[in-house]
Order: sequence, then C-alpha cells, then structure tokens
Amino acid sequence: MANVLKKIYIALIFIFLYAPMLVLIVLSFNKSKSRAKWGGFTFKWYTQLLSDSSIMEALVTTLLLAVLSALISTFIGTIAAIAITSLKKGTRTLMMGITNIPMLNAEIVTGISLMLLFIFFNVKFGFTTILLAHITFNIPYVILSVMPRIKQLNPSAYEAAMDLGASPFKAFFKVVFPDILPGVFSGLLMAFTMSIDDFIITHFTKGAGVDTLSTKIYSQVRKGIDPKMYALSSLIFVTVLVLLILINILPGSGKKAKEK
Amino acid sequence: MKNKFVKWLSLPYAFWSLAFIIIPLVMVFYFGLTDKTGKFTFANILSISLPVHFKSLLIALLLSFISTVICLLLSYPLAMILSSLNSKNNKLMILIFVLPMWMNFLLRTLAWQTLLENEGVINTILRTIHLPALKIINTPYAIVFGMIYNFLPFMVLPIYNVLCKIDKNLLNAARDLGANEVQTFLKVTLPLSVPGIISGITMVFVPALTTFVISDLLGGSKILLIGNVIEQEFTLNSNWHLGSGLSIVLMLFIIISMIITAIFDKDGEGSAL
Repeated sequence: MANVLKKIYIALIFIFLYAPMLVLIVLSFNKSKSRAKWGGFTFKWYTQLLSDSSIMEALVTTLLLAVLSALISTFIGTIAAIAITSLKKGTRTLMMGITNIPMLNAEIVTGISLMLLFIFFNVKFGFTTILLAHITFNIPYVILSVMPRIKQLNPSAYEAAMDLGASPFKAFFKVVFPDILPGVFSGLLMAFTMSIDDFIITHFTKGAGVDTLSTKIYSQVRKGIDPKMYALSSLIFVTVLVLLILINILPGSGKKAKEK
Repeated sequence: MKNKFVKWLSLPYAFWSLAFIIIPLVMVFYFGLTDKTGKFTFANILSISLPVHFKSLLIALLLSFISTVICLLLSYPLAMILSSLNSKNNKLMILIFVLPMWMNFLLRTLAWQTLLENEGVINTILRTIHLPALKIINTPYAIVFGMIYNFLPFMVLPIYNVLCKIDKNLLNAARDLGANEVQTFLKVTLPLSVPGIISGITMVFVPALTTFVISDLLGGSKILLIGNVIEQEFTLNSNWHLGSGLSIVLMLFIIISMIITAIFDKDGEGSAL
C-alpha cells in the first residue's frame, strides 16, 4: 500500500514537471499559429525551421556562446581550483567566498551589475559582453566540481612522479590530471548547460542586434511565439534525451554522471 | 603540489573575479548611491518606501515565501522516497529532474499559460469531469505556480543529497532503542537533514523573490514584483541609479538568507552539486 502511494506521488510530480514539455511538443505540430487552438497536424514548422535565418542565427549564437564560455571557464576554473587548494587557509576562504557570490546572488543583480560595469567603462554591448558574463557565472560551477576531486588526490603520487624524474609539467599531466578529469568534465557539461539555459543575465548584457534563443523568445512573448521555436526546442529536447539514454546504456560510463 | 608556482596560478582567476564579480558589485553601490549628476544621495534607496515600490517588494516577499513553503512540503517526501530507492534507479531519477532544464525555461513557463488558461487544457479536463474551472491565469496564484514549477528541483536535490548521506545504522540504532517510525523521523532524520532544507530554502527563495520573468509570463504583466520594477528601470526607463538603489534593498534580503545558510550549513553539505 505504502509503495503504491509512493509511486503515485512520484508519478504526479513527474506529470507536473513534464506536462509543459508535452504541451510544447504538441504545439510544434499544431497547424494553427495560436497557442490556444489546435488547427490540425503539420510538419511545416520543422521544414521551415532551417530556412528561417533569424532563428538559425540565434541558435548559432547560443551554441557558440555555450561552447566558448564552457571551454574558457573550464580552463580558468580548473587552474583556479588547483591553485586555490594550495593557498593558505585565510586566502583560500576569501577566494571561495568570492566564488560563491555569483552562485548565491540573484541573477538579476549579477546581470545588472555586469551591465553597469560595461556602461561605466563604455564597453559596446554585443557578443563579447554576453560571453564575458557567461564565463563569469560559469567559472564557479567548474571550480566547485573540480575542487572535491583535487582534495581526494594523493599528494605523494605527484611527488613520487617527480622523484622518478618527471618534470612538474609531465607529472601534472600524467598523474594529477587523469584523476581530476571526471570533475573537469562534469564542470564543462554543467557550464555548457547553464549557458544554454540562461536568459536573465544575457538579457542585461546583450546589445541590440545580438540574440540568443532565450532573448529571441522573450521578445516574441507579446506578439506571440513563432511556432518554429516550439519545433526547435522539441528537437533540442529530443536530442538531449536520446544522448542521455545512450550515455546511460553504454557500459562503464555510469561513473561520470555521479560526479555531479 | 604546494610549490610557489601553483600559488601564482590563482592570479588569473583572482583578476577575473575582481574585474567581473567585485567591481560590478561596487558599481551597483556607486550607481545606487549617486544621482544623475554624480552627487551622493540616499534617494534611490529610500524610494523603496514609495507605495508602488513598497507594494512590489511586499508582494514578491509574500509570493516567494508561499512558493518556498509549498516547494519544501512537496520536496521533502519526494526526496525521502528517492533516497530510499536503490542506487541504479535514483541516478535516473536525478536525471529526470535535470532534463527539463534542456527545454528553454521561457517556453516551459509559457506552456503553463496554455495549460492554465480559462479555456486551457486543465480547465477543459475539469469541465469534462464536471468539476468547477480554475480561474488562476494572470493572478498571483499563477505566479506562485510558475515559481514552484521552476524552482522545485532546487529544493529536491539538496534535500535528497543530505538524506542519501545519512548513515542507515543511525536509523537502525534508533529503532533498536525502541523509537517508532515517527520518532525516528523527528529525532534522527529531520535534524540531520536541516543543512539540505536550509540550502533548498535559499535556492528557491532567492530566485523566486527576485524573478521578473515568471511574473511577466504568468501574471499578465498586471502584477509587478520588485524584480519587474528593477528590470523596467534598467531596460525601459534607463534609470540605472534608481534601479541600482532598489537592487541594494533587494540584496539586503539576499544577504540575510545567505547568512542564515552559512550558519546552518557550515560544511557545504547541503550544496546541490
């Protein structure tokens, strides 16, 4: 009896979380442009998607931002995590405190604070300002997922490698790096996801003429969402779903997902 | 790896966080404490007492408080059920909570318009089974609904994490010593899960208090939260000074909730990562 109740409870939450997904997928096949009416089944939003240059442009911008900000923040964040661990306790606590600011602060405050910075120093709003903002809010995620890995390292392994004649550089890449790699990888993935899903910080740091998918959707809210957006996000969702299923079916890859 | 060179490697990040975390926050205070001519003033901060602004802050506090409480009530049993499942299953369960994030957050929230509208999906279902229709779209209820929907995973994951870490031997010991299920829960499980609860509360309360998107999409832009007021000062009115002043007030509430988290969660046990 209790087990049945548990299953019903999980199912209800599941429906709550996934009902909007279903709505969006259904709307992507809706012939009528209106969100509120079903006008029959169509594939046309999917076929017209590729030829819609403004949506494609926003998609490219979004992906480019996500890839660049994830790579750069993983690079800076991994080095920072290694360096911070070697600092004295006081400095370390200070650095970690600062690292926590973008994670705990409200996104709107992070967004406007960066906007004010760019206004104050007369930086032209555009792709670069969004990229700088995304790197900034991504670095903490990388640091926090690499840090636990570094703490688990056995310091003697690195010293042993050096004693055996490896250069510090070689010792790092042969001994330390393979051990922290899962943390680096999950940080990278996290950063990529956060960048793709971000709206608020992008909204405040973007200039006219540059749009990510999120800001494009927001600008369409008043006049009605272009159904091609439903088609595109359904495609993205299904792609991620398939990828996740594949990763989880493939043997031996189970360890990585646990790092989160 | 405690050599000097490694320590110097923290410089790039130190520089980055100074330029893009610390100085921007200084900017908020600089703009918030000056007027358009650059003269020092408290007027921007004190404008929170204007009825329009004060009302928006009160509504935001009220709605985010309600959403946080409901999120907690929904999440705790869920996290308990999830943590009691075997480990192969629960990895999948966590994925189920993260997966929706891959569909655009604005579109997901907009989809609730379609579901909640007066002639929407939910009301059509309710009418067919002869139940009274819900009239919640464009009301504060819809905003609370959207907050719960968007931030529920932030409450579930930290609580789930602390519950998984609880030593099962403690629970068995409590039972061996004669505690019943309710006593075991109240005396062992609940106190041990406090860090997760506190962390979950901040992770829901802060984004809910400061949102402008959810109120915009589900409140029919009739209900202004403090986030909406600030957003409009920045994007529509270009009054950065007033917007910054109100942000300083908002930060006060964020700092209070951060302090509370820091007190209860010293070891970072409740973090969602």
